[in-house]
Formats: sequence, C-alpha cells, structure tokens
Amino acid sequence: MDGKQLFEIRDLSIGFTGNAGQTLPVLRNVDFTVSGGETVGIVGESGSGKSTLALAAMGYLKHGLRVLGGSAKFKGRNTFEMTTRELEDIRGGEMAMIPQNSGQSLTPTMRVGKQLREALRLHTDLPESSYQDRMVELLTQVRLPEPENILKRFPHELSGGQQQRVAISMALAGEAEALLLDEPTTGLDVTTQAHILELLRDLASETGTAMVYVSHDLGAIARVSDRVVVMYAGEVVLEGNARNVLLSPTHPYARGLLSSIPSLKDSRLPAALEGRPPAPGAAGNGCSFVDRCAIAQPECMSVRPDLIQTPEGESVRCPFYAKVPDLAATEQTVEMARADGSATDAIRLDRLSIDYAKKSFLDQLLRRNNGSVPTVEEITLRIEKGETVGLVGESGSGKSTILKSIAGLLEPSSGKIQLGEQEPLAELVDKRPMTHRRQIQLIFQNPDESLNPRHTVEEIIAQPLRLYFNCSAEELRKRSIDLLERVRLSSHYLTRLPSQLSGGEKQRVAIARAFAAEPELILCDEVTSALDVSVQAAVLNLLNQLKRERGTTYIFVSHDLAVVRCLSDRVAVLYQGRLCELGESASVYSLPSHPYTEVLLGAVLEPDPEAVPEILADDVVELSPPERGCPFQRRCPRKVGSICDTETPPWQVGAGSHAIRCHIPLEELYQCQNGGKSADR
Amino acid sequence: MTAVSEARSTGRLLLIAGVIKDMASRPSGLIGMSLVAFHVLIAILSPWIVPYDYKAVSVELMFNPPSGNHIFGTDHLGRDVFTRTLMGGREALVVTGFATPLAVIWGGFIGILLGLVGGRIDEVLMRIVDAFLSLPWILKMLVLIVTFGTGLEVLIPTLAFFYGIPVIRIARAATLDVVARDFISSARARGHSRLAIVRRELLPNVLDVMLVEGAMRWSWMLLAFSSLSFLGFGVSPPTPDWGLMIADARGYMAFAPWFVLAPIIALSSLIIGINLAADALAKALGIDRSQKAPQ
Amino acid sequence: MIKMILRRLALGAITVCIVSGIIFAGVEILPGDACTAFLERNAQGVALANCRSELGLDRSATERYLEWAGNALVGDLGISAGSSRSIAEMVGDRLNNSLLLALGALILGVPTAIFLGCLTGLRRDRPIDLVFSTSAIFAMTIPEFVSATIMILIFSIWLGWVPGIVLTPAQAPSIEFFPEVILPMVVLALVMTAHILRLVRSSVIEVMAGDYVQMATLKGVPYWQIVFRHALPNALLPAINVVALTIAWLLGGVVVIEVVFNYPGLGRMMIDAISDRDLPIVQAIALIVATVYVGVNLFADVLSLILNPRLRTMYARKS
Repeated sequence: MDGKQLFEIRDLSIGFTGNAGQTLPVLRNVDFTVSGGETVGIVGESGSGKSTLALAAMGYLKHGLRVLGGSAKFKGRNTFEMTTRELEDIRGGEMAMIPQNSGQSLTPTMRVGKQLREALRLHTDLPESSYQDRMVELLTQVRLPEPENILKRFPHELSGGQQQRVAISMALAGEAEALLLDEPTTGLDVTTQAHILELLRDLASETGTAMVYVSHDLGAIARVSDRVVVMYAGEVVLEGNARNVLLSPTHPYARGLLSSIPSLKDSRLPAALEGRPPAPGAAGNGCSFVDRCAIAQPECMSVRPDLIQTPEGESVRCPFYAKVPDLAATEQTVEMARADGSATDAIRLDRLSIDYAKKSFLDQLLRRNNGSVPTVEEITLRIEKGETVGLVGESGSGKSTILKSIAGLLEPSSGKIQLGEQEPLAELVDKRPMTHRRQIQLIFQNPDESLNPRHTVEEIIAQPLRLYFNCSAEELRKRSIDLLERVRLSSHYLTRLPSQLSGGEKQRVAIARAFAAEPELILCDEVTSALDVSVQAAVLNLLNQLKRERGTTYIFVSHDLAVVRCLSDRVAVLYQGRLCELGESASVYSLPSHPYTEVLLGAVLEPDPEAVPEILADDVVELSPPERGCPFQRRCPRKVGSICDTETPPWQVGAGSHAIRCHIPLEELYQCQNGGKSADR
Repeated sequence: MTAVSEARSTGRLLLIAGVIKDMASRPSGLIGMSLVAFHVLIAILSPWIVPYDYKAVSVELMFNPPSGNHIFGTDHLGRDVFTRTLMGGREALVVTGFATPLAVIWGGFIGILLGLVGGRIDEVLMRIVDAFLSLPWILKMLVLIVTFGTGLEVLIPTLAFFYGIPVIRIARAATLDVVARDFISSARARGHSRLAIVRRELLPNVLDVMLVEGAMRWSWMLLAFSSLSFLGFGVSPPTPDWGLMIADARGYMAFAPWFVLAPIIALSSLIIGINLAADALAKALGIDRSQKAPQ
Repeated sequence: MIKMILRRLALGAITVCIVSGIIFAGVEILPGDACTAFLERNAQGVALANCRSELGLDRSATERYLEWAGNALVGDLGISAGSSRSIAEMVGDRLNNSLLLALGALILGVPTAIFLGCLTGLRRDRPIDLVFSTSAIFAMTIPEFVSATIMILIFSIWLGWVPGIVLTPAQAPSIEFFPEVILPMVVLALVMTAHILRLVRSSVIEVMAGDYVQMATLKGVPYWQIVFRHALPNALLPAINVVALTIAWLLGGVVVIEVVFNYPGLGRMMIDAISDRDLPIVQAIALIVATVYVGVNLFADVLSLILNPRLRTMYARKS
C-alpha cells in the first residue's frame, strides 16, 4: 500500500426528480476514500446506492440522476468538474470499471479483439504493431486458454466466465491505478466465481492496483477486501477493516445482515431481518434503519445519527453501537423442523429420465436417435413424508427440469413417479386426477414471472381454492385472509396487484398460493435466488415454519449450497442431470464427498476474511454430458483413469445411507480428501 | 356477486381508471383523447346542430369565401362547407367503428389460437397470412368493392376482414410471449383446465396488446376508408364525406382553398387524435410499439 | 451461411406461390370473367361459350392456374381483356415509372430518416427531438392524398416551384418525368421518412441506455466513437427488417399518390384496370407487387443475417 489517496469522495449526495417533482436522494452525504493499492469492499442490498457510488467515483451518473451536493475527487481533481476530454482520458486509463454482466456490457457487434484493441489505442502509447502481442499477453494474464482464438470471437460466443475475464483484461489494458468492480461475479456459477475472485486477488497483489469491489455478497467481499464499507438506504452506515466489520460488526444493520446469511458450517436457519429499507426519499428525519432496529431508542426516530469513530478505528452511524454485541443474546435462531421419521414415502422417483432436446423433424421422420444423451438420466429418489430433500448443482445440472417433470409440465422419456402409495402419476398434468394435481404444488424462482400481473392478490390465492375445494364465497375470503396471515401479510393486501408489492412480499403471496391447495409435496425452484439476503432469510424461516405446521414435504432446488443445507434433511447433488451424491445433509457436507461435491464446497465463499476457498477444478461450462462413463469425467480433480471415461461409476453406500457414485472406494476418497486438506494447512 | 368476482371487478376497474388517468397525465394523451371525443360527439350531434341542409345546391352561392353566413365558405355546387365538414366524418366513423372491433376480434381469436396450437397448422396458416400481407391493401379492397358495391354491408366486412389479418400476427406473437411466462406454467401445474388458463391467465395479458393494436388499426382503417372515398370507391355523393370533399375540391384549390382545407383539417385532426391517444395508451400499458412496422 | 440464405429463398418462393394461388382464387371467386366483361350485355348463350373456349376459360381452374403461373414464370403475363394487348408489354413502361418514383423516394427518404432518427435519438427530449418527432407523427398519420394535396397547394399553386400534375405520357424515357416527378417523390419520401425516423429513434434510445454503451463510456471511448462504433451498428440492425416492412407497406401508398398526381405508373394502371374489370391485368400487377414485397423482405432478412453476428450463431445452432 503506497498510501497515496486515489478516490476522495466527500459529503456526496445524488438524487433524481420524482413524479411529483420532488427530489429523491439515492446517495446521502457519503464520505468514501480509497488509497493506492488498497482493496475496499462496498456491500449493501439492492437499492442501497452502492453501484451509484462506484459509478460516481468515475464521474458517471446514470440517466436522470444528478449531484445534489458534495464532491468526488480522483487524485485531487473533482470528476464532476472535469471536461469530457479529461474524463475520457482517465476512464479506462487511470481508472477502469469491470461491470456486473459482461454478457451485456461487451458490444455485441464487435469482436473481442477489436474491443481490446480499442482500449489499447485509447489508453496506451504502444505502437500499432505490438497490439496483437499485448492482447495475447493480457488474455493470458486473465488465464484464458487459446487467446488468439478468443480474440477472433464475438462476445456471445463465450461463456459467462470467459466474458468476465475479457472484461477484466480490457480493464487491465490501460494499466489502471484503480479498478472498480460492480458485482463482477454475480450470476456466475460458484466455481467460476471462485476462479474470478482468485484471479482478481492475484492481479491486485501482482500489479498493486487499488480495487473497489461492489457486491451484495459478503462472501466475495470477505475474500477480496482489506476494508469494508456497509451501505444502507443511500448512506454509509459502517466502515472499517474487513476483519472487524465481518466478524464483529458494530452497526445493527450489518449485524442483522451477517446473521441472515445461511452458513455451510451450520445447519441452523439464519435469523431473519424483518421489514424492508425505506425507498428513496422515504427515510424520515431520524435514522434510516430505525424501523427494523432491535435496539432503537426514541431519539433514533428524530435525530439522524452521524458517523462516529470507535476506538477500534471504525466509523459507525449509530450512537448506540456499544449495545450491538449484546444483540447476539436476544437473537432467536429457529431450529429446523425435522422429519418425524414416519417412514411412509411421500414421493418416489424411479429411474426418471428426461430428454430436453427436441428431435428435428428429419430425425423423427427417419427414426434416428441422433446420438443424443438425455438431459436428465435415471434419477431414483424416495422422499419420506414431511422430509425436505435439497437438490443442488450448477446451472445446467437439470435440477429445475426434474421439478418440472414431477409437476407434470415436462414429459419424461422414461421412468415413473409415484405419489405416496398410490398408482404411478400420469406423465403430464392434464392426465392426472384432481387429487394428484392438488397434492403437488410448485413455487417458482421469480415471483415477477409467476404471479399474473393482471390479478389481485385475492384472485391469485383464490385460484387454487376454487379449483380444489368447493367453497362458498364467504369461506373463500376467510381462507384467503387466513393464508395471507400465515405468510405474515395482512388482509389489506387482498386488493393489491403484484406490481404494488416488494420482491419478498410477492414471493410470500406465491407461497400462500401453493399452500392454499393444502398439498402433500411442495416443489421449490430456487425460491430465494431473486431476493436480497435479509429477505431470503425471512422466506426460509417462513417455509420452515409452514412445514412444521403442516408436515408438508419439500423438494428444494437451489444452486446455493448453504441455503440448501439450512432447510434440508437430505441433500442430492446433481451434475449434468445425473445424481452424484445423496445422503443426510450433515454427511453430504462432511467427508467423504463425491469429487464434484468437493469442488462445489471448496469454491463456496463464506463471509469470513480468513476462509480460503479451494479451487479444485476448472470452470469449464459443459454443454452436454459425456456419452459414457462418469458425467464428471472431464473436470474431475481425482480422476482415476480410463475407467472413468468408459464405465458408469457404481453407487457406494457408506454410513447412514450416505451414497456416493464414484469409482474410488469411499475409504480411499475419505483419506485423500482429508489428507489433502491437512497437507494444505 | 361473489367476493372474488367482486374483487376482480374492482381490480379491473382500478386498472382501467389507472390507465385512463395515466393517459390523461401525458399532454399528448390528453390532446388525443379530447380530439377523438370531440369528433365522436360532433358525428353524433351534427344532424341537429348544422346550420344548412348538406345537399342544398345553389347556383348563386358557388365558391363563396368564408363569411358570417357561411363560416367555411361554399363549394362548387354552392353547398355550405361548414355543414358538410361537420357531417363528413359520420360515415367514416360508423364504418370504422364497427369494422375495427370486428377486425381485432376475429384476428385476435385466430392469432391466439395459432399461438396456442403451434405446429404444422400454425406454420401453414402463417405462410398464408404472409402471402395476404404481401398484397397492397388498396388492391385487395378495391377488387371486392368494385365487385360488390360500396354499401356499409360491403365496406364493414371487407375492412374488418383485411385489417384482421395483420392482427393475427400481432396476437400470435403476444400469445407466444405470455405463454412462455411462469404464471402460465404455474396454472398448468395446478391443473386448471385449458379454457380457464386461456380465459383467466392469458387473455387479460394479451388484451393489452390487442387494445393498443385496435386503436392503431382504427386510425389505419380511417386512412383507408377516406383514401377509398377520395379515389371514388367509397361513399357515394351527395353524402358528405371528407375524402370525397377533398377529391371534389382539389380541382378548385387554386381559387377556393377553403373548400379543400376544411375537410383536410377535420380528417387530419381525427387521425392524429387517434394516434396520440393510441401512443398514450401503449405507454400507459407499458407496451412499446414504436419498434413495429405498420402492416 | 449459404444454407441459411438458400432456406430463406425457398421460403420466399413458397410465399410467392401461395400469393399467386390467392390471386388466382380471388379472381376466380368473383362473379364474371374476362368474357362477361368484354362482351358486356351480349354475354350470353353461344357468344359467351365461343369467347370462353377461345380464351380457354372452359377448362378446369387448376389447369388454367398452372398455365397462368407457368407463363408468368417465364415473363408471359397473359393478354389484357380490354385491349387484347400483351400485358407484359403494357406493364413494362408503367413498372419503370413506378420504380423511378419509388427508388427516388427511397434514395431521398431512407438516408434522411436514418440521419434524423439518430439525431433525435441522441438528442432525446431536447428541442430538436421534439420538433422532428412531432412532425414525424403528423407526416405518418395524415393520409397520403391529404399530404399530397397540401403539398400541391403550397409548392405548386401558391409558390409555383414545381408542377403539381404529371402530363408526360407513360412511354416517355425516365428523364422526361423531371421536374414533374419531384413532388410525388417528396410526398412518398416524407411518409416513409416519418415511419423509419420513429423506429430508428427508439432503437437508438434503447441502445444508448444499454450496458455496453455505459461500459464504453467508462472505458473512456470518446462520445462520437461510442455512437459510431458501439451504438449505431447495434441500433440499426433491428431497423433493417422494419424498414423493409415499412417500404413494402408504402407500396399501397404509391397507388394513391400516382392517382393524385396523375402519374402514369403501375398503381394508376391498376386502378383503371379494376374500374374496367380487366382482371388479367389486375392479376398480373398483384403478382408483380407481391413479388417485390417478398423480395424486399427477403433482402432485409439476408442482410441482417450477414450483418448480425448473434443472429448468425442462433440460426447456425438451429439448423
């Protein structure tokens, strides 16, 4: 760290004009500094103003925003007073941005090489003749294989991880002193995310570049940052070194946020942070967090707290920060509801295979098989009544496909599904009797998509009630209100439209709709992925509570291993539509593991600055499973040999019916995984 | 009324009220809606408010410039241009007023059906729709009109038929968009009947697009109707009609410009009014139609 | 790539085939035929039968369709019922004249529209945008015959700059239509410009608000380079197809404009033929216009396939 101040933002307020002509602030009196060589994390939930702050540091405002006061200096010069010419010089040169979604941030009509060349032309003095070599060097630096080939491609021809690497190389082209990263790993698979973060860490230490890392993900922040800034409703509420902020946060919001993150090491449900942040302009005169704060005092309503320096060198916007550590005692963690072990099956999947790829007309005509491998192959799974089974895997693992097939939306190519002791289910929902339809309900990932925007909440909840139960109008209303109350929404929500609800509220309505059917089995498809962390915790708690009340069985699909752990009795790990590992969640999350599970677990980032991820496999995106052998053969860090390529591995059952599908004997797997770990540390 | 249907109708009313309020909150929407309302009102009331008989011919009064007696002057047959202008939109509004909903209904019905059915039938029918669209509207219309005459009973079905064909395309695309969304999957997974899904989940969402489409069709149909009149294939004299008036007045516009300007202003203000209102409606419903080509 | 283009060509050909079927069937359904039109009141009994057998109208519909379509394929469009002349000959000059009008309007309109569309899109909500966007709404909503009439009133009657009516005979070489053709060209260009301007504008606005333009700004790319290298290629790509559809739609407008200006093009010929019930001519013109329509759209499809890398990959994966 060379200590020279790069960014110096003082008392910055940014806002926009609302529909009624009033000024609505997005950032309020933000102070923020970054010195050379330092990495600073800015963390906050959606709407906290973190991205606006990062963009403002580059002198950039999104359409409609304007500076209300304060300054944003870069190396002593106010970026909002610079001429366009001066800004063009420093942007991409002395400071560079790495965007959230590189798939959309790279110009689709320009080849990668042309875009990189542009960065070199604008921000370096290199002669034209050396561009090619330099570009190859840059792509090699971000660890892209076959750089010459990548240069000739269009952005849409690359995978998400590759696009992100190209964006990073573009930022490196100008040899920037400061990199701003706006959620650079959001939306990527865990292994890819871990790879990108390690790359960024290495680059920071190699080049001595300062980094500002903006994210909602505390795990990622913990991995890369020296210092952390926590934002809430457009304000900085806590700032300090990463260790202190993440391990012993002194602001009640930071505290709540941290405890709402589910943990891999802990099977308990995270504590929910109820309520939601105020919309721009809606924060009163007092503290913006007052509505949700457990230690709020009467004066918090009327006096806006200042940033206070603590003896530990942190700045905290709470005069009662000394009380925050006590919160731990009052905090209530809900114990997970476990299956009662009645041992009757709720549902059985028997060698279920699904082929997503449609055969072309010609292939159908000639009755060719086209050599295609099914998307999901031979899934066999029994789930007991009241049990929750988690399905985990990266994108493309077929987890949602399986749910759709259970719900009768997709026709399996072979295998059967049996509900309880009844006859096997008809393949498609149209052919199932009404009782079967009622017993299985599906909750989708994104409530914006799954709730009809033209229906009121009452109509939405009434749909299953009218379909499955012959109830009178009066009873319909009573039951709707009752269901809303169960998901902790009051009856005046009945007349609202989905567009008038927040993301968390919408998902609650979707949950109420699913429970309206009084189903045996609820299929949850990434139900919390579209939500903020604190809202996610509330939804997880709600699902858990409803399960306890009703004894409902869940199949819970998520890409987030920690979320799956905190709700599931058993966990099934999927890769490329094939089961790899199945067992009690405690045993799946401990050794021995299937090599794929090991890779996934190693890549997960916890909000702990000391946790080091283990990167065991490449982040290659496989588009289709191999025709023969183990589905994980191409990426496996523990591949034994040609047997993996040719023969499907057997199920090996260990203690407590923990099953792993691998050629390596469990004993050996345990030893090398355990031994490998102790050798590392 | 049951509690739910009550909730649904209040929800719908709220929605409609919200949309109208939104439209009126934009200056262009307010102007558009006022223009349309004004024209409709005039069309209804004109027989009672016009100062003269629209077909009263007079040799003495030929080509009188605007004056106190004849505020828009008189035409080549000495008829009052103000009277004829006020009444000149009636036929057009009646024909297009019936033909537009008919076009949207039949085109929308087929389009939604094709979007739902898909497969071979869809492919074949869409080819035929494409083929129909590749013939200019004026040709298709004229052939029928010349053969069957220009009465309302010919004009309304003819316009409704030809203007319904492009609606098929729009309705089909809108259906495909909505069908791919999760709330449809959700309803299917619950096991609602197909009919219930179409009626409750699909239609309300496709209806938005259809409404905007209807408004646009209306303006294009008016355009077609007056063009036909202008070419002499529409309303037959002496019935006053803007298109016909403009055609009659063209020969004299060098020395009697009032005769041509009055119907031009009337016709243009109505069509612009419809377009502004349609634009505001599209924005209020959150549909971007500026990217679409006319068909 | 070539496979994709061939596929498009085949689809276009199928559409033209269907159109020819519709045209033939449409005319077939109508009461009366060439003989009833030609013989008028004498159309009965032996005279009618003789005429029909002479013209081959007594054969089955399929037979006559195949003959008609086959002849059309080699450029023989049949014989006019009214004048007994070869339609291909009659249509030739008229087609030339209409093409002159349409091409002139295209050359005048498309570049202006794209330029103004970009300008208004980039200067969104500023005075210059308001002026052009509002004028565009007027220009595209007012019927062609109205704008033509207004233009004649202003530029030929009041100002006397250009003639307001075309008197040159149909067979005259193209050059002799100047300056008479200028006003119709301008009117046609005006309507076209308005449509294309609106959609280019909204496309530019959308792209300029997009992530990659923000990224390019944050990369320090100068404004005009962003516009020309990053934004416009992407904004204009989706416009290609819509421009083609707009042009094709305006073919209907050409008819009206030709009548207003007394311009001896295909459109006026069509109106006359319809009035005279000269059905073979109507059929021939319908077929020509439909082919042009399909051709323009085909061209746009292929052009966007060539220019849009994403589309290219998408189709490559599909087939």
